[in-house]
Amino acid sequence: MAVEVKIPTILRNFTGGAKTVEGDGDTLQQVIDDVETRHPGLKNRLVEESGLRRFVNVYVNDEDVRFTGGLGAPTADGDVVVVLPAVAGG
Amino acid sequence: MGGARLSQRAWCVQIGPPTYARRVLTIARAHVDAIIAHARADFPDEACGVVVGPEGSDSPERYVKMTNAERSPTFFQFDSGEQLALYKEMDANDEEIVVVYHSHTFTEAYPSRTDIGLAVEPQAHFVLVSLADDDGGDVPVRSFRILDGEVTEEEIRITE
Repeated sequence: MAVEVKIPTILRNFTGGAKTVEGDGDTLQQVIDDVETRHPGLKNRLVEESGLRRFVNVYVNDEDVRFTGGLGAPTADGDVVVVLPAVAGG
Repeated sequence: MGGARLSQRAWCVQIGPPTYARRVLTIARAHVDAIIAHARADFPDEACGVVVGPEGSDSPERYVKMTNAERSPTFFQFDSGEQLALYKEMDANDEEIVVVYHSHTFTEAYPSRTDIGLAVEPQAHFVLVSLADDDGGDVPVRSFRILDGEVTEEEIRITE
């Protein structure tokens, strides 16, 4: 078993159209790095130097990781990671 | 000769604008009224939300008011928890976002540079309501498509 990562429509060009991909890791960072090895380019859309991109929401088991450690948020087999582009504007 | 004319016409059709360029937003009066009421309730902050509908239908059927997590007169962002709940509901019901709306409280009902830069729902109609000159009567409500940084205004047909 691995961590299930749900990919939003707008980023499925990196996953060959797949809605869900799998990754391994004890933290969100490790899961993203692992997924990146099979779906190159995805990481850059989620992460910048200072951490998660401002307008990307990432949830581990329904918790917004901004409140649970960001890229350091713990993950385990069977967890579900959801990625959603923020709906925002001015 | 007739054949030449036919093929010329076919060529014209091919290079014509994509069909969405002349899209129309058809939306119920009750939804427009709900959007305006939400905008007024949250004034002077921007109000935001969606009207969702069956996937691929382009038909806005279910109004969902969202909390502007920024609580700002110049910026909006859907509350992240509410957005996740919305996406789960849509996933379970085979729905998608048909309309994304927000208010401009001191400027016109036209997408700002920020709106254009952050637009992420290519299938959606971006509805803007302006309260800049609100005197309690009609207020401007306009709809746009935003795709790859390009803004196209579209007609709104309101059904009773």
